[in-house]
Amino acid sequence: MKKYSDLEYLKLSKGQKLLYKITSFFCAIPQKIAGLFVALWNLILKGYNIVKNEAVDIWTTFVQGDWKTKVSFLVMGFGNIARGQILRGLLFLLFEVVFIGYMILAGGYWLSMLPSLGKVGPTEEYDFVLDAYYTVYNDNSFKILLYGVLTIFFIIGFVYTWRVNVRQNKLAEKILKSGKKLKSGKDDLRSMVDDKFHATLLSLPLTGILIFTVMPIVFMILVAFTNYDGAHDGYYSNLFTWVGWDNFNTMLNWNVAKGGGSVQSYAATFGEVLSWTLMWAFFATFTNYFLGMFVAMAINKKGIKLKKLWRTVLVLTIAIPQFISLLYVSKMFAKNGIVNGFLMSMGWISEALPFWEDPTWARITVILINIWIGIPHLMLITTGILMNIPADLYESARIDGANPWQQYTKITLPYMLFVTGPYLLTSFTGNMNNFNVIYLLTGGAPTNPAASSAAGTVGYTDLLITWLFKITQGAESQYYLASVVGILVFVVVALISLVVYNVLPSIKNEEDFQ
Amino acid sequence: MSEKKLLEQNASPIQKRHMGLKATRALSNTAIYALLVAISVIWLIPFACILLQSFRVESTWQVGYVIPQQWGFDNYVNLFKTDFPRWYTNTFTAALVTAVLQTIIVLCMSYTLSRFRFKLRKPLMRFMLILGMFPGMLTMIILYRVLKDLGLTQANAVPGLILVYIASSGMGYYVSKGFFDTIPKSLDEAARVDGATRFQVLKKIILPLSKPIVIYTILTAFMGPWGDYVFAQYISFGTSSGMNVAVGLYRWLNKDQIAASYTMFCAGGVLVAIPVTVLFMCLQKYYVEGVTGGAVKG
Repeated sequence: MKKYSDLEYLKLSKGQKLLYKITSFFCAIPQKIAGLFVALWNLILKGYNIVKNEAVDIWTTFVQGDWKTKVSFLVMGFGNIARGQILRGLLFLLFEVVFIGYMILAGGYWLSMLPSLGKVGPTEEYDFVLDAYYTVYNDNSFKILLYGVLTIFFIIGFVYTWRVNVRQNKLAEKILKSGKKLKSGKDDLRSMVDDKFHATLLSLPLTGILIFTVMPIVFMILVAFTNYDGAHDGYYSNLFTWVGWDNFNTMLNWNVAKGGGSVQSYAATFGEVLSWTLMWAFFATFTNYFLGMFVAMAINKKGIKLKKLWRTVLVLTIAIPQFISLLYVSKMFAKNGIVNGFLMSMGWISEALPFWEDPTWARITVILINIWIGIPHLMLITTGILMNIPADLYESARIDGANPWQQYTKITLPYMLFVTGPYLLTSFTGNMNNFNVIYLLTGGAPTNPAASSAAGTVGYTDLLITWLFKITQGAESQYYLASVVGILVFVVVALISLVVYNVLPSIKNEEDFQ
Repeated sequence: MSEKKLLEQNASPIQKRHMGLKATRALSNTAIYALLVAISVIWLIPFACILLQSFRVESTWQVGYVIPQQWGFDNYVNLFKTDFPRWYTNTFTAALVTAVLQTIIVLCMSYTLSRFRFKLRKPLMRFMLILGMFPGMLTMIILYRVLKDLGLTQANAVPGLILVYIASSGMGYYVSKGFFDTIPKSLDEAARVDGATRFQVLKKIILPLSKPIVIYTILTAFMGPWGDYVFAQYISFGTSSGMNVAVGLYRWLNKDQIAASYTMFCAGGVLVAIPVTVLFMCLQKYYVEGVTGGAVKG
């Protein structure tokens, strides 16, 4: 493909420019993939180097260190205590004692069970006294997986702490040699609200994120490789165990329709839901964006009075909880709802319109109602930005004889896109995961009969996220499929974000041209 | 020839154009007013309907008309014979506690990421960005089991819910970080030169300047649990006494319950919407500031 210089590029017509950009984007893909592999290789090299340097550093610390340092390799914090940093040393020592105690009492067991996720399921035992059978619960796959993951986290934490302990010994030796004094416990406490204040502030939020987000996500990623579901809950019914890539194979297989007489393969269902999710995200984002901007401009226009009133009316939809407004609006559009009732009483229609019964009607209605929900947000966001556009730009445009439409396409829109580019991306991915609007409006209905027996009930308005939710509900509760869907959602979102982030700077460059 | 016509004839081209502009502006303004009135009507209709239907006495199911034939407070009275008061207190407790704790966590997080430069800052932010791409709902499956083992689900759902709401709230730091970024750093530095610790800088200088973002954070932290459905649905797990209003009212619209409780749903909706709407309208100024200031910076 021919590469144009900047000057040649500027001479091209609009269509040619667009074509050039699109072809160059696709031509760059192999290069980008190659770049990715190079980056990956570099990352591996870098990681190897880090490990090597650390190992060398630990070794030299041991060889060159005094006896206090050498003892610290085994008894953490010994060096600190021996050199007078009692507080730090005690904390290190306490951590080591807790770690060793935990590993002996529990951690070892959980780790040893992790490869099998439990051996003995619930068994029936006979009670001679009562002359009846009763169930004995044995291994608990869920707990094994959970505590296994926690134990691994703990080990990583311990190794890191041990490394810090070694490094501190080295540092302390160096400081003492140069004749300075070490920090006392009091200094440490003071630095917690001063130069280490960030660590203090972050400790609480990060612990929360680690326990309630990172750990569950790791757990759920692992669940995608097991057969954990309602019938294999790991304790009460049956144990669950590792199944490798089976679940991904099931989900992404076009040919086999697994799971008892299903009409459609999982992959076909997944593809349908995914394409509607993308379609929905596209329309939901851009209809809201442009209409919201339009409303904001209408309210901001010179000479329009009662600006505050118009805004307040719109903002009402933000204030009222969505589950009320959306549930109510969903009922308004039902067959026997107010909208149909009104249209019929006016004599405009003779039969109720199938707002929620017909797939296409339902999809369009959902997008329209989403506009009702979304415009106020966009109106608020864009109002602020619109006011920031320098007024003299418009003035000079007007003097040059530009009509309002030209002013909009040449000044307002480029400026808005420039400023709100990242916002558009987040709102796109946010819409892909917009559980509330879909679930509260339709619950995914109308049901897709072809897909219905594959992994729960799938409807025509179901997004991946609502599908995921439905999979986890009810007696079957195929958690492993839910995790697979969740991982795939992540992959899609990450891919889109990656591509858009790479394209965004090019939008900015274009801005520089104009 | 009248004087006016004469004037028009003699007017310079610029003057003529000015008159034309005035006419078009008046016309377009009228069109915009019409549009704004139409929008306002569309936006208000659902809320007007829900309010009107909550006073309908003659029937409890869905009907095709809006204005009740018989007015009364029956639906509101009936609400208090159900579990609704319990749901209401559940929601209120959860929202209130969450608002306080979440605000503290979010402010800690965003202040740190905005003000301090430490080695792990960039990797941390990137990591949280990636973490945010996982559907949050996925974590509920495991959290439900864990909370169940701790006895914090079903009837005891409220503490469990609060824990879930606040635990990961540190990830929502974007908006307030954007705000802190706008406070000049020279203020901090001046105080530091005078010997203030980082903590004193936060307490004496930054916090007094951050009133808008604090209020914004409290408001959003309060409104989140107030309208939450997914997490509450998981954790209450079908136990009525552990539900919040969203889950409870959602159930009233089930196929088998809607005929008996549709108007009660409307009444409940009105009661749920009023406090949060009043709160929102009072603090609207701060909300707008937060949204316009923080959302764009991402």
